[in-house]
Amino acid sequence: MSDTDQLVAQARTAFSEANDLPALEDAKAKFLGKAGAFAELMKSMAALSVDDKKTHGAAINLAKQSVELLLTERRAALAEMAMNARLQAEALDVTLPGRGRGVGSLHPVMKTWQRVEEIFASIGFDVADGPEIEADWYNFTALNNPPNHPARSMQDTFYVDMHGTDGLPLLLRTHTSPMQVRYAKTNTPPIKVIAPGRTYRVDSDATHSPMFHQVEGLWIAEDISFADLKGVYTDFLRRFFESENLDVRFRPSFFPFTEPSAEIDMRFNDGPLKGKWLEISGSGQVHPSVVKNFGLDPEKYIGFAFGSGLERLTMLRYGVSDLRLFFEGDLRFLKQFA
Amino acid sequence: MQFSESWLRSFCNPPLTTEQLCHALTMAGLEVEDARPAAPPFSGIVVGEIKSITKHPNADKLNVCEVDVGESELKQIVCGAPNVRVGMRIPAAQIGAKLPPAFGAHEDGKAFEIGKAKMRGVESFGMLCSARELGISADASGLMDLGDAKVGANVREALHLDDTIIEIKLTPNKADCLSVFGVAREVAAITGAPLVTPEKVHIPAAQNRVLPAIISAKNLCGRFSGRTILGVNAKAATPDWMKRRLESAGQRSISALVDISNYVMLELGRPSHVFDLDKVHGGLDVRWAKAGETLKLLNGNTVSLDENVGVICDDTGVESLAGIMGGDSTSVNLETTQNVYVEAAFWWPEAIQGRARRFNFSTDAGHRFERGVDFATTVEHLEVLTKYITEICGGAPGAVDDTIANLPVRKPVTLRVARAQKVIGLPITSEEMQAIFKRLSFAFTTTAESITVIPPSYRFDIEIEEDLIEEVARIYGFERIPALPPKAAAVMRTRPEAERSQHFLRARLAASDYHEVITYSFVEEAWERDFAGNTNPIKLLNPIASQMGVMRSTLIGGLISTLKYNLSHKAARVRLFEVGKVFSRDASVKDGERAVQGVSQPIHIAGVAYGNAEVEQWGIAKRAVDFYDVKADIDALIAPLKATYEAAADHPAFHPGRCAKVMIGGALAGYVGEIHPKWMREYDLPDANKAPIVFEISMQYCQKIPLSAPQVPSKMPVVRRDIALVVDQNLHADAVLATLNAAKSEVVREVSVFDVYAGAGLPLGKKSLAFQVLMQDTSVTLTDEIADKSVATLVDAAKAHHEATLRT
Repeated sequence: MSDTDQLVAQARTAFSEANDLPALEDAKAKFLGKAGAFAELMKSMAALSVDDKKTHGAAINLAKQSVELLLTERRAALAEMAMNARLQAEALDVTLPGRGRGVGSLHPVMKTWQRVEEIFASIGFDVADGPEIEADWYNFTALNNPPNHPARSMQDTFYVDMHGTDGLPLLLRTHTSPMQVRYAKTNTPPIKVIAPGRTYRVDSDATHSPMFHQVEGLWIAEDISFADLKGVYTDFLRRFFESENLDVRFRPSFFPFTEPSAEIDMRFNDGPLKGKWLEISGSGQVHPSVVKNFGLDPEKYIGFAFGSGLERLTMLRYGVSDLRLFFEGDLRFLKQFA
Repeated sequence: MQFSESWLRSFCNPPLTTEQLCHALTMAGLEVEDARPAAPPFSGIVVGEIKSITKHPNADKLNVCEVDVGESELKQIVCGAPNVRVGMRIPAAQIGAKLPPAFGAHEDGKAFEIGKAKMRGVESFGMLCSARELGISADASGLMDLGDAKVGANVREALHLDDTIIEIKLTPNKADCLSVFGVAREVAAITGAPLVTPEKVHIPAAQNRVLPAIISAKNLCGRFSGRTILGVNAKAATPDWMKRRLESAGQRSISALVDISNYVMLELGRPSHVFDLDKVHGGLDVRWAKAGETLKLLNGNTVSLDENVGVICDDTGVESLAGIMGGDSTSVNLETTQNVYVEAAFWWPEAIQGRARRFNFSTDAGHRFERGVDFATTVEHLEVLTKYITEICGGAPGAVDDTIANLPVRKPVTLRVARAQKVIGLPITSEEMQAIFKRLSFAFTTTAESITVIPPSYRFDIEIEEDLIEEVARIYGFERIPALPPKAAAVMRTRPEAERSQHFLRARLAASDYHEVITYSFVEEAWERDFAGNTNPIKLLNPIASQMGVMRSTLIGGLISTLKYNLSHKAARVRLFEVGKVFSRDASVKDGERAVQGVSQPIHIAGVAYGNAEVEQWGIAKRAVDFYDVKADIDALIAPLKATYEAAADHPAFHPGRCAKVMIGGALAGYVGEIHPKWMREYDLPDANKAPIVFEISMQYCQKIPLSAPQVPSKMPVVRRDIALVVDQNLHADAVLATLNAAKSEVVREVSVFDVYAGAGLPLGKKSLAFQVLMQDTSVTLTDEIADKSVATLVDAAKAHHEATLRT
């Protein structure tokens, strides 16, 4: 092995033995410093012939370049080692909980409220809101349900200690249907609106709450038929439950403000409630007397209305079996709707 | 409405299974709520007759009976029933018989099988049964008396127990179905099966006693038919078949005369009344009551009457509440009644409606009359009543006295075929519609475009074209009408960008770690007083409970109550919100599109925060939530709107020193504050040092926002200078800020508080407010000189207005 080769080998060993930058600098000085091995070699060249100087010089230069390369490589390696050591030292327990606030939740019935709005908005329905303390006329008479009519006892009404301008006691609306009249009186056909909101009836047991939520739907135009009602509501249920695998049936019923009137039942073909008919909504073609109370000509305008319970839809959607959970405000229940 | 399937099928017997029949009824609008077996399953039980009884040698209470079960040999059966007697026919369970699971200790759902047994040394080859043991009724007082049932016959057949009790829920318009015959008429229309109409009977007069009756109120009573029957046996037993049918309809047997009246009502839909003729003085007058009159009813209650209530009276006074209930003084009884007057009348529905409800009760008769009872068949039904009474109780009938004063006129109703097709949405032909009317037994005439119907006297729900359209759709079958997606002009519809929905704001609060709740709109009166200072809340006249007696004008009560509920369930950190209407009296509100006169009912959004400011965790020091946390939540909720907060010491719910008005756009939008310490005590909230922070804002101030109008950001550098001003401890930051903002030069973009300090290094009663001042000249780079000058102006203003000193 020549001197230069030996020198390169020594440098390689020395550099690799340097475990940090100061040690590497010391090692560098040994080889490349002013009094280093290469400087010594260059000095020893003085005694050589011109030809020998040429060949020797070239060899020394080559070896020096090799050593410089080794130095650069070792520097890079040490820098990487240092970075790795730092990163290792800085590593976190990423499984510890994140810092700061938690997240809240939306009430499941309100989620249903919002989803119903979105579904009907997708076919151009407006959303309306109205009074919960309501006048007798809007809650009953305008809906073809005059005082003393047997149909009034279908709903047990809360009354308040105030009277309307007609002298009759004001009441808590028993359904969202008064919004049909309020909205239709102030809009022009085609009327497409849903009115979700709170409703009240004197009824309290495991399956009835004295306060609950309904959504009213109304579509009045020149040609909106019972077949259209069946189409729209069936479509709604399939979108709401995100399932084609459910059956919907309409069966004759009675509401003073619709005729023909239909109770809507649905049946899941899968899941835990599979096979059972479940009442989901009242509906029908708006009664001509009610259309008249809209301020419209029933000869010209026809259409449908429906009223559905939001709690019922919510219970079926999320598999909640106890109505009371919705009104207790138990965080352990609510947090599951975050 | 409840009845047995066999009773229904005696009038109309379509070739359908029980299940199919129930489905057909439901799909025609007569919703079958329940269809249950008349008796639970059992087998091996036959009609036995007791031939002899001997005392059990070893047991006082037991008898050894020889029983004829229709076989060649008598069976020896030991029995402990007190009512056992020779000749009695009873249910005899033979060896191998299976009794219903509910019997005795076998309530585990398994049938109880009878085996040969030795009872105190005497062999017994079966068991004699009570009605309870067969699961037929609750009567366990003794053996079930089967009357003259055929010995050896299967008890299920003898008692018609292989029957189904059908319960239907009738809507108020289906008055015509408030009887078994009415339902049968409907079944005939739905299925096309033939209808057996009851045989018309005529019982001729056998004596000439007349009870004169006049109708004084023609708008009350349209027709009054009656007859006397003399010499009846009021103690006669109601026949078993009639009892059975009454029971299947849920009607207890009372006495023959009452049972007959009930039976005819249930079978034919005709309520009637039987007067004890000897207790009626003079003649009957049908009229409106007079104010001050009273009547003691059959049920023992005495009611005060007035001109709105119809009555039947005799010469001495009111005897009966018209169409609803008879009076006590002329009622029949088992002991003394010998002569009766039977009445079947037509009462105008409007004259009966609401009357019983006024007196807080309801009767089967009133229920039917207020919906409408056939006016054409009073005499026909009176004859049926007479037939049953004379057959069962004996007696001699007088002539039928039929007074007609004012009968409904059935006006023709015209159905336009095209209109019906349009409303239903299906081209049902005129021929199909006519076929439907035929099945409904409607009389009609036709033209090319229309069908004109004369409604039958038993239908009170056919008055306008839609009523006929409904009948067409109903009998055609809702199931056969297609479900079509409607065609409509596609018009886009969207909410204005500058108006945010409630849902957007709800989502923001949920994102701020609040959980949404729904609490009742009716609350405790005390909540209104304590949390809103409302001493005159809107009251419910008929609350479901006293603690739900008034309408809320604030959401605070519901939130505090729900907070407490969760604390009692060991929650340590509770953050809740609610969006809902609140209610108060407000004379300035007039009737309007969405308003009811005198009542203000705006939507509020309110929240409560209790416990630690943050979820308890390793990375943040524990700290109770405070006023400023919730203030930040409000700011985040309403952004880009900005609220100002003004100290408010007068809100009843809050700590007077820790409450602020929330002002949005210059208007009072709501309040935020710490619950007053006295309510902490009063409402039993734990740990007075951790008071809940509550806010409540009127929704209307949060929804409208300006459309964004952004400025191009300036490229010139922003210079920040901080100044710390020492001011009086109780000077509000907003006051200093207002001064600084008023004094600021053009280059000052924003001044904000970033630190507050009081304590060591400052004089007592003083605090340091540190402000960050951001400056920028949008055209040139700001020089230090101008920046210094601008800051000096601010400091001078603070010195001048608030005696502030610069903290060094």
